[in-house]
Amino acid sequence: MSEQSQPVPHQSDEQSTVNGLQRTNASRSKQRIGVAFEFACRMSTWFSVAVLVVLLAGLIWKSWGWLDADFLTNFDSRHPGEAGIWAGIWGSVWLMFFTMLFSVPIGIGAAIYLEEYAPPTRLTRFIQINLSNLAGVPSIVYGILGLTTFVRMFGAFGANQKVLAISLGFGNLRIPLPLDRTVLSAALTLSLLIMPVVIVAAQEALRAVPGSIRHGSFALGATKWQTIRHQVLPASLPGILTGVILAVSRAIGETAPLLMVGAFMFVTSTPGGIQNPVDLLTNPQGVLDAPFEPFTAIPIQILNWVQHHKHEFEHVAAAGIIVLLVVLLVMNASAVLLRNRYQSKVRW
Amino acid sequence: MLQGRMWSAGLVLGLLGLSGCGELQDASNADQTGGKKQIVIDGSSTVLPISQAVAEEFEKLHPEVRVVVGRSGTGGGFKKFVLGEIDINNASRPIENTEIAKCRENKIEYVELTVAIDGLSVVVNTQNDWCPGLTVAQLKAIWEPNSKINKWSDLDAAWPNKTIKLYGPDTDSGTFDYFTEVICGESGASRSDYTPSADDNLLVRGVSGDKYSLGYFGYAYYAENKNELRALPIAVDAGSEFIAPTDQNIESGKYVPLSRPLFIYANRAECARKDVAEFLNFYMSDEGQKLVGEVGYVRLSEELIKEPRERLAAALVSEAAK
Repeated sequence: MSEQSQPVPHQSDEQSTVNGLQRTNASRSKQRIGVAFEFACRMSTWFSVAVLVVLLAGLIWKSWGWLDADFLTNFDSRHPGEAGIWAGIWGSVWLMFFTMLFSVPIGIGAAIYLEEYAPPTRLTRFIQINLSNLAGVPSIVYGILGLTTFVRMFGAFGANQKVLAISLGFGNLRIPLPLDRTVLSAALTLSLLIMPVVIVAAQEALRAVPGSIRHGSFALGATKWQTIRHQVLPASLPGILTGVILAVSRAIGETAPLLMVGAFMFVTSTPGGIQNPVDLLTNPQGVLDAPFEPFTAIPIQILNWVQHHKHEFEHVAAAGIIVLLVVLLVMNASAVLLRNRYQSKVRW
Repeated sequence: MLQGRMWSAGLVLGLLGLSGCGELQDASNADQTGGKKQIVIDGSSTVLPISQAVAEEFEKLHPEVRVVVGRSGTGGGFKKFVLGEIDINNASRPIENTEIAKCRENKIEYVELTVAIDGLSVVVNTQNDWCPGLTVAQLKAIWEPNSKINKWSDLDAAWPNKTIKLYGPDTDSGTFDYFTEVICGESGASRSDYTPSADDNLLVRGVSGDKYSLGYFGYAYYAENKNELRALPIAVDAGSEFIAPTDQNIESGKYVPLSRPLFIYANRAECARKDVAEFLNFYMSDEGQKLVGEVGYVRLSEELIKEPRERLAAALVSEAAK
């Protein structure tokens, strides 16, 4: 360097000045980069907030005056003023109940096996990789799977639908075979859809429990079952619950797989004829029938209204979207609450 | 350990016992033992608003009957219809030969009923002041596969030298099948470099937001958006009169060749059911036809509705006799 710059006279003087300048320049530009970076991050945050605000403001503006008690408790109608989302709300409630019923125990069970019991073989790794891949499969694919597996049951029952009637003391369980376009078919499909997400989330939560806790438990003579039951599960429960609720929140907004398994656009009844929580106790036959009835769901009704040729249905659709958003917010809020509640209970 | 085994043994026995009480019945028998059954309708999104309106009014008259209406597109609905999965299919085009063959294969008989008329509307932006109307030959030139028409000036040298932005229904739609059949001469033959959508409201928005655009969709969507769109009058050939899609022109049959009948296809075996028979009668009655007009479609003239009414009556009589 010094040899190359020799032809220039008074080089050393100049260089020192230049170097001095460079040093201040460098620190200034570093500071500038720091400021710019912070600004960019801040903008990213505000950008998403701004988008949300614009979206919400637009929705509230459009649905103003349309989202009222009648909208919540009416069935759908060709008159925009009379159309309501009652059938969709109950459809979504039943869907979510059965989806959780199937996906949560199986999902958590699989996660516990993979984390606590499974030997680290090639097969385990293969399953692990496939689970992560399944979590990213587009939902419509699950819809097609659900259509052949549950709705048609591979055509195993031919053209004539059969009914498996089971008499329980308080009513009759009537299971259509194949399952046909029912709440149960859709719930099973959604269960498959969210199960990989539940498993992966539950695994993360289990992994976050320090190994020293397990070792300590073993050292005190606890069995593997006792360790999992009394140490690992309670400690990971908040994380598992959060994962489950976020997965279910994803399922409740799904439209494509529901359309595929045959959700209906226009339905003027609730599954099992159950219209309020009290009916769940007073109408046991309705509860038994509910999983096997045709249904609609909140996102399906919104889709129908969005695509309707009458302009007024835009407002009805906006009101429906707000209902869906509120349901999502309530579910996410309960996730946070549950997490906080259980987190405070964990004491080592 | 032992306890655990006893638990699982008990569980298995319990499940066995439960399924032991169950008996497998035919769905039709199960209905008599108290299971509710509903009228299941599916198919075209174009016919959906009509069937939905008829279902709504029918349920007011017969609160004990439940009607559910789905939307799978005409073709998607027929796929379920030929398997006997649904009672009635909404169709915006006649049943195709392959679908008829599948019906035969599965021993499904059907009755075809015309319920309304739709006038496929070719629409442009309201700022389009150069194009007074198009002939069928011009439409074909625009929409046929490998079309050479890309600019308005390709149709008429006096028109703007601007690219025509094309909007149309997607390939699952019965509207697409019908338009390509009568305009391009073969069902499904269409250029593919246009903006397709299953949501007609998106097509409306596309055309109303673009001065040099052109699109086509069902009459109801044009009728609802008359302020934002202009429907082009269509002439059969260069010498004939240009006819605009209006209620009168569509009903009287003057708006050719883009007027099309809308159908419902009912499974004949299901027509033996009292609720289905009553529903179909209501659909074809004057009240039912009034609803057709109310939701934005063109009802059948007295003359045109005679034939489907007679066909329905004959089908109901013969099915009830079986």
